[in-house]
Order: sequence, then C-alpha cells, then structure tokens
Amino acid sequence: MTSETFSKTVLESKPGDPNTNGLLASPSKQPVVIIDASKSSVSGGLRELWAYRELLYFLTWRDVKVRYKQTLLGATWAILQPLLTMLIFNLLFGRLARIPSDGVPYPLFAYSGLVIWTFFANSVTNSGNSLVGSAHLITKIYFPRMIVPAGAVAAGLVDLALAFVVQIGLMIYYGVHATWALLMLVPLVLLTTMLALGVGMWLSGLNVKYRDIRYAIPFLIQLWMFASPIIYPVSLLPQKWRWAVTLNPLTGIIQNFRIALFGNQPFVWKSLAISAGITTLVVTYAVYSFHRMERRFADIV
Amino acid sequence: MEPIIKVQNLGKQYRIGSDRSAYSTLRETLVSKFRSPLNGRNRSAHKKIWALSDVGFEINPGEVVGIIGRNGAGKSTLLKILSRVTEPTTGRVELHGRVGSLLEVGTGFHPELSGRENIFLNGAILGMSRTEIARKFDDIVAFAEVEKFIDTPVKRYSSGMYVRLAFAVAAYLEPEILLVDEVLAVGDASFQRKCLDRMKDVGRHGRTVLFVSHNMPAVTRLGERAILLDQGTVLQDGPSHKVVGSYLKSGLGTMAAREWPDLATAPGNDIVRLRAVRVRTEAGDVSDAVDIRYPVGIEIEFEVLQPGHLLIPNLHVTNEEGVLVFIAADSDPTWRRTQRPVERFVSTAWIPGNFFSEGTMIVAAAVSTMDPVAIHFFERDAVAFQVIDKFEGDSARGDFAGSFPGVVRPKLRWTTGRAESGMAATTNLEVEERAS
Repeated sequence: MTSETFSKTVLESKPGDPNTNGLLASPSKQPVVIIDASKSSVSGGLRELWAYRELLYFLTWRDVKVRYKQTLLGATWAILQPLLTMLIFNLLFGRLARIPSDGVPYPLFAYSGLVIWTFFANSVTNSGNSLVGSAHLITKIYFPRMIVPAGAVAAGLVDLALAFVVQIGLMIYYGVHATWALLMLVPLVLLTTMLALGVGMWLSGLNVKYRDIRYAIPFLIQLWMFASPIIYPVSLLPQKWRWAVTLNPLTGIIQNFRIALFGNQPFVWKSLAISAGITTLVVTYAVYSFHRMERRFADIV
Repeated sequence: MEPIIKVQNLGKQYRIGSDRSAYSTLRETLVSKFRSPLNGRNRSAHKKIWALSDVGFEINPGEVVGIIGRNGAGKSTLLKILSRVTEPTTGRVELHGRVGSLLEVGTGFHPELSGRENIFLNGAILGMSRTEIARKFDDIVAFAEVEKFIDTPVKRYSSGMYVRLAFAVAAYLEPEILLVDEVLAVGDASFQRKCLDRMKDVGRHGRTVLFVSHNMPAVTRLGERAILLDQGTVLQDGPSHKVVGSYLKSGLGTMAAREWPDLATAPGNDIVRLRAVRVRTEAGDVSDAVDIRYPVGIEIEFEVLQPGHLLIPNLHVTNEEGVLVFIAADSDPTWRRTQRPVERFVSTAWIPGNFFSEGTMIVAAAVSTMDPVAIHFFERDAVAFQVIDKFEGDSARGDFAGSFPGVVRPKLRWTTGRAESGMAATTNLEVEERAS
C-alpha cells in the first residue's frame, strides 16, 4: 500500500465515524510490519524504496536548494568548477605540455572529460559523507537508508545539467556538429550515476563505522582522476598498458562520452562493456554490504 | 479486539566501549585483526548492557499509552525499536498499521530553508506524501501560528516559532500508530496545551498513541494506560493514574531530587549552571511525599561560572492538571543587588504548610537576571512531589473526606461572632481581617 492510498483511507473516515474503529479492528487489512530479531531485515527492499520515492525527491531538492543558498554566485559554481579547471588544464597540458586530444580542440576535450568527471567526483564525495551528515535523521526516524546517498548523487545530476549547458556552448563555438551519437549520452550518464551511487553508497556505509573514510575520500578521488583519461586521451598510452586503464570503469565512460559528443569516431564498445560489467559488480556489492551495515547505523553513527 | 501492537520478549543489547566512542577507526580494526587473526571479533574488552530485556505487552487500537520510567530505563530504546530506527537483539514486534514516529520535534528541519519548504521536507521525512502535505498545508500553518513568516528561513525563527512549526507538521501526521518521545516538554504552556488536545484528538479518532514522557500529569491526563519501565523491564502496566502514583511513591522515580553531576551538560550557560534541585521537608529529609500541613523547601543548587552578574533563582510550581500554581523568585535582599562571585550556591524557598492542594506538584527551576531580562536556565519538570493529606482532622479539609478540589488549599483563619443581623456578621469579619 503506498502512502498516498493510505492517507486517503484515513482521511475518508471522519472523526467519530464507527468505520474508523471498524477499520482498525481488522488489522489484517492494514500494512503489517514485523520486526523480528532473528531475521535481520530492517529494510524492506525495492518495494519499500519505491514507496519512499518522494522522500528521495525531497532530499535531492533540499540538497540542491541548500547548496547555493547564501552564496554569492549561486548555481554558477556548478559551471565554474569544471570551467576554471579546464582553463588551467588547457594552459598546462594543452599549451605547455601539448598533450594530444584525438583531433578535438584541447579545451573542448578537457571540458567534456571534466563535466562527467566533476559529476562523478562530487557525487561520490557527497554521498560518501551523506550518512554521517544525516546522523540526526538516522537516529530519529526510519526510512530506507539507501535514500540518503542516492539523494546526494541525484543532486549531482542537477549540477551536471548546468555544466552541460556550457558544454553545448563550447561545441557551438568550436563548430562541432550534432550527430545521432548524442543519444548515447543518456545511457552513459545513467551508467555514471550507477557507478557513483555504488561507490558512494559503499563509502557512506563504511564512513559510519570508520571515520577514516572521510579523509580517504578526497585522496581517492584525486588518484582516480589521474587514472582516468581526463587530461590525456587513452590513445596517448602505450598499447600494452591500455588494458589496465580500461579496468577503470570510468575509462570506458569518458572515452565514449567524448565520442557521443563529437561523433568523430566509432564507439569503443569493448571498453564500454567492461565499464558496464564492473559497474554492475560494484553496485551489487555495494547494495549487499550496505544492507549488512545498515542494521547498525542508528547505533553507531 | 485484535491488538494493533504486539511486543514479545523484546531485548536490546548495547556494547559500551571503554573508549566511549561507538564507532571505531580503521586502524583499530586492522590492528586488532592483525594481533589476533584467529578470533575475528576481538571485542571481549567491551562491556555489554541490556537496555531492554524481556519486554512484552499488547496494545489495542485506539489506546493512548504513556511510557514512564527513570532516565536510562529503556523508554527511548523501546520507541526506537518500534519505529524501526534500531533493531532489537531478541524478540519480536508486530505492528498492524502505518507507524508514524516523532522522536524529536523538527527532525530534518533545515535552517536555510523557509517555513514553507521545511513543511514539505519534514512532512516527507515523517512519511507524508506531497499531495497529503499540500492538502494539510494551510491547517499546519494555522496551527503553528506562523502565517507571516512562512517564507522566511527557519534559522531566523524564534525558538518558540520553530518548535511550533515542527510540532504542527507532526501533529498532522495521521498514521494508525503514533510514537512520540518527549515532545510535550517544548513550547510555551498554551501551545503545549494545544498539542495535548491535538494528541487527545488523535486518540479519540481511533488512532493508537504510544508516548514517552517525564511529565506525569500529562501521562495521567492523556492516556488511560501507562507502562512503567525500569532497567529495561516492564515493572508495571495498568491504569495510568495507578502506575504514575506508584512510580512517584516508589523511590524509583526519585522525583524529589535531581542532580547534574556533569557540569558541561548541566542546564545553563557560561554564566551559571544548574547542579541540583531537591524537595526537602522541615526535618531536612529529601522526600517526594509531603504532608499537606507542613512546610516544604525547594532547594536549587547552582554554580556560578562567571562573576559579576545579578542572579535570581526562581521556581515555577505546576499541579497535575498543568495549572501554574505560582511563580516565586528569590527576594532575599542580600543577593538581589549583589553581583555573584564564582561559587556554588544553594537557595531554598520555603513554601508554608496548608498551602497546596493534594496531588502531584511539578517544579520548574530557573535562574534569571531581571534587568535586562535573561534566563540562564529554565529546567522544566526538575522535581516533583506529592502532597498528601493524612486525614487527621487538622488540615484544611477538616472532617470532610470527599473530593476537595481547588488549586490551593489554604487553612484560613475563621472567626465567628453571633449574628444579630446579616450585615453585622459581615462587618465583624472585616474588622477581624484588618486587625490581623
């Protein structure tokens, strides 16, 4: 029974209406919750997650709304972060180091990588810290815990959309023509979201138990950036090492993200398949370990 | 009637670590795994305590049940398990219906968001759908009395407004089972009254309410049934006035004295903090049973942390119906105009005998500065005591043994003259009054 239909039943029975009691006197019609110590099942799985979808919406909305309140530049930050980084990269790696960029102007090349990377990095960071940051909620009220890291990732999507507007602007400026390949952006963003959710969720659970995670996340993110083809193209690497970079699920995503945008070469399906495979593994493991950890969140957070 | 809540053999064990922090660091775990790789869980050093053990009861639909007990008796743990915030270690709970829990007013309020935005956010957190909140929105705002500030960020609200808004959202949550943890201790008296009425309404409409409270009068007034917990077990379960009565009478409640051994968490601020409040008889015993005929002393012990302030201890006595009987402030000229040095003080207010009615009196203790007005702490429900009439014929009730209502029960001086006419008697009384 969803919360909506529930509230209707209650609201329709007027105060003092004998039906109210009749309704309650037959508990079999009501949703029954059984809490049993011998069965570890605090959370009720996918159906429950669905029932709480509005909470996900509100938490996301809160994150977005609060993030830029009382800031001077507001949502411009979502654009400035990848844009300024791109300008620096362009100067250092494009102009000075003259790193090749697969035939695309280097600023465009760097920005496209940074757009998707910034989304991923911010989502992982925010969702990794989300549970600890919501301790006051977790210790006071029940809801599927997964919503908290998921909300943080979803809020990142809004920033991604904003940063993407600049991407379009840059593409027009450099005269890149739109192709059907752009359609691939949807599954690619979806895949990135899943990966960010998987990693973020897992870290958020660990963070509740080990506060070291909070310090480890920025470091992890930094290393991960250099391991991903953001500054450099995969083609820059020697042939015999490329497989190692492809094991990084972000490699396939970034590679194909650029191809989808610029439509200048065929998709690299192999690296995309590896990304999808690894993402599936990460998400499965994250859900499993999150479930195991969430039973004790309220006691230790 | 089938019970709506069924609790069987419920137990919850907590681990209390020697290092006091519940969460561990990665290094700790790694080190302990490394030191003793064979026994994977090297946790024997931690003490374990049962916050709840073998708790069982059934609650029927429409019942309003108060859960009482000392701090640490397991009341909040019980509500946390019922609201699924935490898992039990043993036992089983059946809940037939949607559960709404209100473990703290304003859970999930965000200071940066406006009142309007927070109503939606908080409503969603409490389990309401967007359409449901939209429908109740106007009622919530009206109940909270914050119409004018609805688009102002709540961080600019006064604490009273904040609490009112938070409670209003929760008050319109309409699950079959409502779990409430000590929310009645907030807000001003008239708003408290409104909340109590609202909760009563919820009960009348056939919804089941389970609430934790230290406010004994509220427990007796709101529900017919109360469950007394002590050290994690159910000590008594029955009609609320009986359970409350025996709780107050048993030394368990120790309602007559409360101490705050930890200065840092004691009520107060940087200037002064409350250390203890006690109810004493003339003989000097701490007691929560007070003979109606004899004076009773309320002792407020407080520690001044910053010199140079004019500090006036004061107390507020409320009866079991929630009626404020009186407020009294220390009028002793010694400290009234003297700045206090850093020291620990004990102020005792002596309330004369033959003043109170029978029943439970609840004392709030405060220390304030009068000009400009600043309240350094105000500890509601600091102590409580029962005023008992022993029926020995020399109290204000005389030989009458029936119900003898009234907020106070003074033993007045009665004089009698022989009346030659009705007028004469009155005049006589007036003359006597003036003479005294």
